Amino acid sequence: MSMNDDVDAVTPAPQPGALPQFVTPIVPRSTIAGRALVAIVAIMTFLASLTAGAVVLVQSAASDWQSEVAREVTIQVRPVSNRNLDADVARAADIARRFPGVADVRVYSKEESSRLLEPWLGTGLVLEELPVPRLAVVRVATGATPDFGQLGRALAAQVPSAAVDDHRGFVEHMRSMGRAAFLGGLAVLALVLVATVLSVTFATRGAIATNRTVVEVLHLIGAKNTFIAQHFQRRFLGLGLQGGAIGGGCALALFVLIELASGQFLGSAAGEQFAALFGSFSIGYFGYAAVIVMIALIAGVTALASRRTVNRTLETFE
Amino acid sequence: MVRFENVGLRYGLGPEVLRDLSFRIEPHSFQFLTGPSGAGKTSLMRLLFLALRPTRGLITLFGHDIATLGKDAMATLRRRIGVVFQDFRLIDHMTTYENVALPLRVVGAEEESFRDEVVELLQWVGLGERMWALPPVLSGGEKQRAAIARAVIARPQLLLADEPTGNVDPNLGQRLLRLFVELNKSGTSIVIATHDIALMDQYDARRLVLHEGRLHVYE
Repeated sequence: MSMNDDVDAVTPAPQPGALPQFVTPIVPRSTIAGRALVAIVAIMTFLASLTAGAVVLVQSAASDWQSEVAREVTIQVRPVSNRNLDADVARAADIARRFPGVADVRVYSKEESSRLLEPWLGTGLVLEELPVPRLAVVRVATGATPDFGQLGRALAAQVPSAAVDDHRGFVEHMRSMGRAAFLGGLAVLALVLVATVLSVTFATRGAIATNRTVVEVLHLIGAKNTFIAQHFQRRFLGLGLQGGAIGGGCALALFVLIELASGQFLGSAAGEQFAALFGSFSIGYFGYAAVIVMIALIAGVTALASRRTVNRTLETFE
Repeated sequence: MVRFENVGLRYGLGPEVLRDLSFRIEPHSFQFLTGPSGAGKTSLMRLLFLALRPTRGLITLFGHDIATLGKDAMATLRRRIGVVFQDFRLIDHMTTYENVALPLRVVGAEEESFRDEVVELLQWVGLGERMWALPPVLSGGEKQRAAIARAVIARPQLLLADEPTGNVDPNLGQRLLRLFVELNKSGTSIVIATHDIALMDQYDARRLVLHEGRLHVYE
């Protein structure tokens, strides 16, 4: 039996001698809905990666500030009548230098002390005319935990006008501020992730809806639900990874660019302020790992959402 | 092969669209399913190809009570049924060859084992030159034949065709009927749902007539 006389549509280019092959994936590779899903995944991964990077940056900056401040204590020597201030400062510095766990003691000269007060008292300051205390900054050796209480007592015994400020109050303040910033960042990250999961889930549902005929035909010709779900999950994992790589890659590129740009501005006043706040503005290996986790997480959500949607679609057929 | 006992079907809380259907479809049999529009032909066809479950009554297919079957068992049972849909339901992004080979692909058959068979069937239905074409560029008749080829490629024991001549001219309709008769001779039970009295008059076969949800069988 032959029915060749009905051929009236466009025939594709003849392929003489070629054997037909089943090469087309069961789930279409490129559809408008699929491309829209890639765009949504890319945008949401970009935002989630930026948030994750910012959280890492705030966390590492806060911990840098704390460790920087905690590794220093200040000895303040007040001017007292009948005592030689310079001699007291030198004596206090000497006691501190010999104290176990101290790496270095730097005494602020009169000129440096004047410069510290310039923003408040103006230039041309004659320090001798004012009862301004002198400072010595004590740097703690790496890994050491000196007993500053004992240092304070030793100083009080030999230089009564000297006092030790171990910045404990400031460190506590910094610690709680850093913790609050980190928790706030985590909360924002959680919100961004929830928004990402919801938007990716809805976009995936939309993309699957355009493939409803494929799901239905496969179901009716006897494909098992796991077979159908696996094909869709694999395809949508691919779309998720593609979108995730674009969004995460853009976020990584942005972090690298900002890091390079912050290096360029290091000499300027703004650059110095920036460096004081964020250090080198590098998210480090942990930040890069966080971005990769975002890509994997969002791609995984896309794949799981597709599986769930296909299973729900199949339930409507039964 | 198929047994319906007092089967009823309603959609949601609506009225029963099929009422007290009791009939059998025997192996190697040929029957037309007919009746006026809205009589429930498509609903009955959907019950037959397991796209719906009845609201009441008993349906057994190939000796299995479908009410007791799980999802995987239902899928396995569907593989023994070929369906030609009124709207073809070819997958647009796959070539004609791939559409026809799909039922074999989903059961995990190796392409080497089915390629020759698919090509031979496509040539038999007159689509040998169109196997690389995508459905959107096929004519109505070509789509119909591709849909039939897909329905029979896995050698189903039961073939269900819903208005298979609804989209083609009378001449092609006659040729499609001859194709179904050939398939029946090779051992497949055939159920053709149609409005087309002229088509039914061309072949002397059992008629299942649906009227207002009830079935009347004319042997």
